Amino acid sequence: MAKYEYSYYPGCSSQDGASSSNLKRSIDTMCEELDVKLNEIPDWNCCSASIGYGSGGVLPRMALSARNIALSEEHNPGQDIVATCAACWLATKEAAERFKDDENFFQEANTVLAEANLKMTNQTPIRHMCEVLIEDIGYDKLAEGVKKPLEGVKIAGYVGCQTNRPFGIDGESFENPMYLDKMVESLGGDAITTYEKKVQCCGGALAFSEPEKSQEMIKGIIEAAYDNGADMIATPCPLCQANVEIYQDQINERFGTKFEMPVVYYSQLIGVAYGRSAEDAALDGQIIKAKKLEDIVGK
Amino acid sequence: MSDMNTAMVEKYRNDFLKEVVANVEEGHWVKMCMQCGVCSGSCPLGPHWAHPPQEIFMMIRAGKRDEVLSSDSMWMCTSCYNCIVRCPRELPITHIMHGLATYAKRLGLAPRNQPTSQFSEIFWNNMMKRGRVNELKLGLSLYFKDGFGQGVKNALANQKLGMNMMKAKRMSPAEFFGGHGVEDTSGLQKMIKKAEEIELARLNANK
Repeated sequence: MAKYEYSYYPGCSSQDGASSSNLKRSIDTMCEELDVKLNEIPDWNCCSASIGYGSGGVLPRMALSARNIALSEEHNPGQDIVATCAACWLATKEAAERFKDDENFFQEANTVLAEANLKMTNQTPIRHMCEVLIEDIGYDKLAEGVKKPLEGVKIAGYVGCQTNRPFGIDGESFENPMYLDKMVESLGGDAITTYEKKVQCCGGALAFSEPEKSQEMIKGIIEAAYDNGADMIATPCPLCQANVEIYQDQINERFGTKFEMPVVYYSQLIGVAYGRSAEDAALDGQIIKAKKLEDIVGK
Repeated sequence: MSDMNTAMVEKYRNDFLKEVVANVEEGHWVKMCMQCGVCSGSCPLGPHWAHPPQEIFMMIRAGKRDEVLSSDSMWMCTSCYNCIVRCPRELPITHIMHGLATYAKRLGLAPRNQPTSQFSEIFWNNMMKRGRVNELKLGLSLYFKDGFGQGVKNALANQKLGMNMMKAKRMSPAEFFGGHGVEDTSGLQKMIKKAEEIELARLNANK
């Protein structure tokens, strides 16, 4: 039996052939190494992220999360729900809190769930994978498994918005959370603690609908990484990763910059530091290659 | 103008604050705003809001109904939650902005062709079809939202991006022909229909 076991909510973007399938692959590798067993919530659905509100009212949006919570209670009883996507975590946790705060709302959600022959008690803690790493496993334990320290790799920890606000991780400050830096240090890397854009918004869903306004913000995020001498940016959030990595060509064209900054997930850093292959660490999912990590894999 | 809008105008007449408290997500919090402006100063897209949150709150209290509901301001919210964690009175500002946007759209007052309003609708419809987002179709619907000609232009402009994503196996042409979804689509859709009925009944009771 695995040492740790959770009910896993991977989310839409983590599926095969989707924009953060590389996150899922690197998470699987990381969990193998750390003896974490993830039991996927059977038939989980989309949480509507933070952009469904144009058509979905509060109850329809929260009902989406209620279904996932109910399915988890039924199939993975007693296990904390763990999400790897910031938006999945936020939407589910927010819904669970609202059901707790408002008995009527909770009853309504169960009335809605009955349409699909489901019900929820809403007792399940909703957690982020970073909380599992920090609170359940811990930095020291994380450091113990390192086979190939990320020596000399300068990493700008980009926490972003929704992994940080409004709930936060491990009680850290909203303005200057340090957990990503601490993780990098545990892996033997050089954390750039002076990276001033670590909680700057990348535009989120508005990167699609308002590309000009969002890319101006993304430009700042990358520029600050260069200013601090970073070799790469690391993030826990799938949308942050995509927004900051994939538009660099367009930003270069728009602003005359020459960006080519790799953006990776913390889970990829762990895979590499734990001595796994480039494929296991999903380095082949990079559009901008993380050369320094590939070098360590090749050592 | 929708019938719902006409009914709400008649019912609440000069009291837009009361209307917001009764019908908008977390609307009762609007009364608590002390006009310090931290939200407006903290918003990453602050300069692009015709009326930043603090101003929206005062406009609600001043009864500026049309100006608020037809504004594109709320649609500038990126859901970064910076305003929420900084507000000294702990107003759930992000949620209020979403709530105002939902309400404006429901009454038919949201600005036409507002890109985030359109994207939000595209996202919801995409996700509701099979219970999970189909990213490929989501991108294509967005490119082609202003017609075929503009769609081709947009697709060409983003061609390299698409190729990059496919090469990295982070976008799949197979998604065009079905793709991922939940098994119990009908159960999920029945649930959402029920949730919509409950909400509509509540709104109608407030008319």
